[in-house]
Amino acid sequence: MSVQLWTYLFVGITFSLYIGIAIWSKASTTSEFYVAKGTVNPLTNGMATAADWMSAASFLSMAGLISFMGYDGAVYLMGWTGGYVLLALTLAPYLRKFGKFTVPDFIGDRYYSKTARTVAVICALIVSFTYVAGQMRGVGLVFSKFLEVDIFWGVIIGMAIVFMYAVLGGMKGITYTQVAQYCVLIFAFMVPAFFISAQLTGNPIPQIGFGSRLADGSGMFLLDKLDQLHTELGFSAYTSGTKSMQDVFFITVALMVGTAGLPHVIVRFFTVPKVKDARISVGYALIFIAILYTTAPAIAVFSRTNLITTVSEQPYENMPEWFNTWEETALLNWVDKNGDGKITYAPGAAIVGSPEIERVDGEITRGESGEVKILNPVTDTDNELYVDRDIMVLANPEIAGLPNWVAALVAAGGLAAALSTAAGLLLVISTSVSHDLIKKQINPDISDKKELLYARIAAGFAVIVAGYFGINPPGFVAEVVAIAFGLAAASFFPAIILGIFYKKMNREGAVAGMIVGLLFTLSYIAFFKLIFPEYNTPEYWWFGISPEGIGTLGMIVNLLVSLAVGMIFPDPPEEVQDMVESIRYPRA
Amino acid sequence: MNKHNLKEYWAINIRYVLILVSIWFLVSFGFGILGAPVLNEIQVGGFKLGFWFAQQGSIYVFVILIFVYVYLMNKLDIRFGVQEEEVE
Repeated sequence: MSVQLWTYLFVGITFSLYIGIAIWSKASTTSEFYVAKGTVNPLTNGMATAADWMSAASFLSMAGLISFMGYDGAVYLMGWTGGYVLLALTLAPYLRKFGKFTVPDFIGDRYYSKTARTVAVICALIVSFTYVAGQMRGVGLVFSKFLEVDIFWGVIIGMAIVFMYAVLGGMKGITYTQVAQYCVLIFAFMVPAFFISAQLTGNPIPQIGFGSRLADGSGMFLLDKLDQLHTELGFSAYTSGTKSMQDVFFITVALMVGTAGLPHVIVRFFTVPKVKDARISVGYALIFIAILYTTAPAIAVFSRTNLITTVSEQPYENMPEWFNTWEETALLNWVDKNGDGKITYAPGAAIVGSPEIERVDGEITRGESGEVKILNPVTDTDNELYVDRDIMVLANPEIAGLPNWVAALVAAGGLAAALSTAAGLLLVISTSVSHDLIKKQINPDISDKKELLYARIAAGFAVIVAGYFGINPPGFVAEVVAIAFGLAAASFFPAIILGIFYKKMNREGAVAGMIVGLLFTLSYIAFFKLIFPEYNTPEYWWFGISPEGIGTLGMIVNLLVSLAVGMIFPDPPEEVQDMVESIRYPRA
Repeated sequence: MNKHNLKEYWAINIRYVLILVSIWFLVSFGFGILGAPVLNEIQVGGFKLGFWFAQQGSIYVFVILIFVYVYLMNKLDIRFGVQEEEVE
């Protein structure tokens, strides 16, 4: 059976499963729609959180990114897991005790202020929209790669599926589909990893495999071999990386704190019955996440080694079939700069921009060795190979020569990862509109039925907007993912932490802190990413901190401003202080 | 439950959090980033130790920290009688 047939089979089965769950779990009250009535089992919630959290980026792009970053990839590995420790120890149990529906709910009540609630709603909306556009794009990409469906139709199919279970089932539907999606995605991620680890090192457990000796009889450790390959080709050693230490530090903090401040993650801990459950549920979530996150760096090492040994200094005509397949998708390319017919792989970009295939009457033009020709100007580096980072996970099964069904499984897994995250974000958007804006600010007397209707309309509307951005991605989508984390770190996190741990924190301090933190972070990112990208190099950054890491500084600024402004204004009212007191104890 | 006891409960909770967060910081930022160049001199199996903490070890420790906190807090809840009743 061909990869395409297998993919249709797997995608068909998994999608029917998701739709089945949607019909079975229709929500009938707002409490069911927003937080699944607060009755989700902690283990179930942990698994759903893991699927919610691990997006198309974690599944498709992260391992590839790490394989090109080497040691520096640790910023993602630690950054996107370490935040769960903060969640379990400092946020989840208290927010569960507070017992409302959303993060803006907490901010609004704790800081007895509509302004604070509105600022929080705006942050939640910006963060969620930025994120969801990327997910829909991921859905479209997988469809077009594996099923030869147009990106447009891929996104439409994805939208229809998410619409079914998010709009009908709300949190209840999302929770149970996310459990199914977790199972699909983790299976799809692990199977190729086991195979490749066994092939390269003789040990099928990837976490152990990438610290083992090679199975080729040389007796060399895999990582030593990779470091040696890197050094020979002029790259810096794989295990040492290139980013400055302070930048690695700041990015890691921003990602960790950002994770703990993301509304679609926090809200998952409103769905369990008890404070005790909220704590353990974060633990389960991190176990489920860690399975993928400890495997990804191993896959990165395997695929990096396989790539270098397959292509470096080899004649083009000896390339395996996958090389040509990916060339034709413009994700891989070779330009024979020195005319020797061999692939030279070296540091630096091979070409300017990403490949644009040269065509005459729709036919691809080929060079002397049969390579796909492109229109891009070449750079003056020795490097002749262009590799898109995203293909490392997608092409891994082919590069390692695994059976067709494994490649199809990866496609189904990528879809599961993208859909589960999109659904969680859409729910945050719809809740922000129906609950935080309409119910809490515009029309407090609205009936539960009406509010539920608005929630569904908002979710439907959000699906359409997300789909639009999936089909017509603004050029800066990839660039602005940093914004989502930076903003969450610089806005929500300090306000929530102070709200729980500092009883005297008042409205004025918190609002000032959130606004200043938000604006500071936004303008730094906008300056380097959108307005003056040509200055986006370490010599111009403040203290050597890249825009990805600036959220950390934004968080510190937020904390300082909150505390300073808070000193000037009076303490919060007695009943707010009592509320803070009460959320600190599971029962009191 | 009197006010004095609750204050003590909260103080112990804060102490647990501070200790566990310090370990969190030490393992990830200490071993994985700031100390990585030094730890990389030590090799365990095929792993340089700093690299291993940055890409593997810190994640394992994160999981353990959460479960230690859950265990400590469940015991503390019962000791101070603030555990939630079993409903159902």
